[in-house]
Amino acid sequence: MTDTRDHLLSILVRDEPRVLTRITALFGRRGYNIRSLSVGSTEHPGVSRMTIVVSGDRGVVEQAIRQLEKLHDVVRIIDHSLEKYVDRELVLVKVAITPESRVEVRQIAEDFRSRIVDVGRHALTFEVTGDEGKITAFIEQMRPFGILETMRTGRIALTRGSNADIPTHVYHEGETQALQPTLEVQPREERARHVPNLF
Amino acid sequence: MADNGKQHAPHRGDMTGAKALWATLANHGISTVFGYPGGAIMPVYDALTFYPEVRHVLTRHEQGAAHAAEGWAKATGEIGVCMATSGPGATNLVTGLADAMLDSVPLLAITGNVASHLMGTDAFQEADITGITLPITKHNYVVRDVEELPLIVAEAIRIARSGRPGPVLVDIPKDIQLAAFHGEIPAPHARPEAPAPSPESVERALELLRGAKKPVIMAGGGSLDASAEITALARAWDIPVITTLMGLGAFPSSDPLWLGMPGMHGSVAANRAISEADVLLGIGLRFDDRVTGRVSGFAPNAAIIHVELDAAEIGKIIRTHVPVRGDAKQAAQLLAEGAQPTPRPEWKAQIEDWKSRTVTPETYGAGYAVKAVVDRLRPDDILSSDVGQHQMLAAQLARFEKPRRWINSGGLGTMGFGLPAAIGAGMAEPGVRSVVIAGDGGFQMTAQELATLKMYDVRNVKICIINNSFLGMVRQWQELFHEKRYSEVWLGDSNPDFIKLAGAYDVPGYRATTAEELPAAIDAWLSDPKSALLEVVVPHEHGVFPMVPAGAALYEMIETEPVRSPDLSAQMQDAAEEASEA
Ligand SMILES: Cc1ncc(C[n+]2csc(CCOP(=O)(O)OP(=O)(O)O)c2C)c(N)n1
Repeated sequence: MTDTRDHLLSILVRDEPRVLTRITALFGRRGYNIRSLSVGSTEHPGVSRMTIVVSGDRGVVEQAIRQLEKLHDVVRIIDHSLEKYVDRELVLVKVAITPESRVEVRQIAEDFRSRIVDVGRHALTFEVTGDEGKITAFIEQMRPFGILETMRTGRIALTRGSNADIPTHVYHEGETQALQPTLEVQPREERARHVPNLF
Repeated sequence: MADNGKQHAPHRGDMTGAKALWATLANHGISTVFGYPGGAIMPVYDALTFYPEVRHVLTRHEQGAAHAAEGWAKATGEIGVCMATSGPGATNLVTGLADAMLDSVPLLAITGNVASHLMGTDAFQEADITGITLPITKHNYVVRDVEELPLIVAEAIRIARSGRPGPVLVDIPKDIQLAAFHGEIPAPHARPEAPAPSPESVERALELLRGAKKPVIMAGGGSLDASAEITALARAWDIPVITTLMGLGAFPSSDPLWLGMPGMHGSVAANRAISEADVLLGIGLRFDDRVTGRVSGFAPNAAIIHVELDAAEIGKIIRTHVPVRGDAKQAAQLLAEGAQPTPRPEWKAQIEDWKSRTVTPETYGAGYAVKAVVDRLRPDDILSSDVGQHQMLAAQLARFEKPRRWINSGGLGTMGFGLPAAIGAGMAEPGVRSVVIAGDGGFQMTAQELATLKMYDVRNVKICIINNSFLGMVRQWQELFHEKRYSEVWLGDSNPDFIKLAGAYDVPGYRATTAEELPAAIDAWLSDPKSALLEVVVPHEHGVFPMVPAGAALYEMIETEPVRSPDLSAQMQDAAEEASEA
């Protein structure tokens, strides 16, 4: 059961004070660790969109979703693991350079289609956009030269396809996947061998 | 009380935020608000004088106001309303809000706050009450624009009552209370329809029930308004029913199918039936840990059907084989319609055997006293309790023929809940006796509410204090699990003379100290035309049994009060440890 993975959730919320606190507090209180969080406005006035990466097994994430669905501020939740999606993250990476390493560092950046956003005598700052794999690979390539600072925006995601924002897994539309019944019945545990019978 | 200005203030012109608040409450049929004034809510209290159709009840502490509103809500099923000033007033509501959250009580809390421009500056009597109550309310609001105030209040009431009910707080800065209001006062939202369970889920549940050899129904607080349907369902299928602490009254105690309450202090029949059942139909409950005991040992052989409105509760604690999401009433009705009773003589015989193992307290003590009191209740009487041994004894020994006659703090276990809740319930139903059983410890947490009884001349509240000179429930755990080291639980020397204390508020007092004195004292107490207090002085060291030690499974329950032996606590400790390791 402890198949701990990262889960990517999009949460559409009313754009009101304390919304962020309400949502993060819900994760915090239940001990679910948020690995990344990004928030921005949407095409609908008054609605913001959060992308949250939370790690945990399927059960943990489903419980989180159902608790989130109860919040008055939450308009819709999309669990991207149930859909095809695109995701991106933007990272700024400041890499130390020496006269000798300069060319090699630039070459690697080019291979990754990364842009230079700042040039210093001892450091170059790159902007990289991509999915998690690409960004991790970029950072790993640069690591030997000396990474001075990094800043990541956190992941953002959209469902693929033309009706991308009307996913099947939406708020108010019937039961979540987790509510599908499982009919096979197993005793949850062998009865404890020893039943204390003291009196 | 003579002249509070209400009669002289028919003119309601110059609408302000404060007046808009009362107008909205009145429009929603709110007849009573429990509260306590202060600087940051004075405009609201001033505007109150223009709205004689709403009664404000001045409690002696904001916690009392919150619990009274809860008592009102639990007895009637309607929303309770409480009110406080900013800062200390608002924080005094917190315990009541947390209580209402865990027991799914529809509650509206209105708090004043410092003026908008002072919010966030640590101004005098400022507290970030929306921040503080974030995790213990269903939702909360700060009103930032006076024109939105009535809409927010109407929305708050809707949220508090819809779906799984709960508390909602509306915080109103002082300048908003004073600001001119030009809008319309909204009409109440229609009560939202509870979602109907899906036909597929009902069909799967029926399938399981048809094949069941040892079925049992477990009804919780969420099933109180489906009482008639659940009763019909159980009888149609001939399935025994367990009612949780919160569900007591959802099924008539006099019905031979009733098995009592499950869990830590549940009945032998209820806990054994859960442990043996092959199908458990849970309705309107959340499988609280006081009910399940050790989760892995809960209903170990059963397929679980869970009827519940709140999707987040399904599968949260207990793995559910057939989730039925939706309204308990409709679900119970659909399940009753598909009834195919099959004779299960062995299961019935087994249950009868367990039921015969019910213990009645024979010797004079807390249980004996509680039984003597609850045996005198009429079916219409409302019984409230505080928190402790007396609460569990009342839950075990009282018999309820209908729902909403049992009021207690189940989820939070809040000492001090009993008296104010009984006052709220008593004021909601003035024609009905509102009896409260409290311990000598918990009673003193909100004893000042005796003044509320006096002030409003409430005549139907009957207070019974079971005085064992101890914080009894904690003492019981110390006896069982801490080798009788009675650390900080002795109250005896410092308890007040409860009769004199009541007398100070013009509440008549009666006392019994022996089994012989008890019947006459109960008679005198109950027949007193006024609200009255009965103190029953009982032996110090009685326990509540049956008991499932914390961490143990229901089938590891200790059925009767053990004969005290020196190594008892060691044995019990072993049992509990073994259970928690398993
Ligand atoms: C506000 C609060 N503080 C502490 C507790 C912990 N507690 C639970 S039961 C109990 C003892 C209650 O004693 P009493 O009111 O005398 O009732 P008894 O158990 O003796 O019937 C205590 C201290 C609590 N439930 N609530």
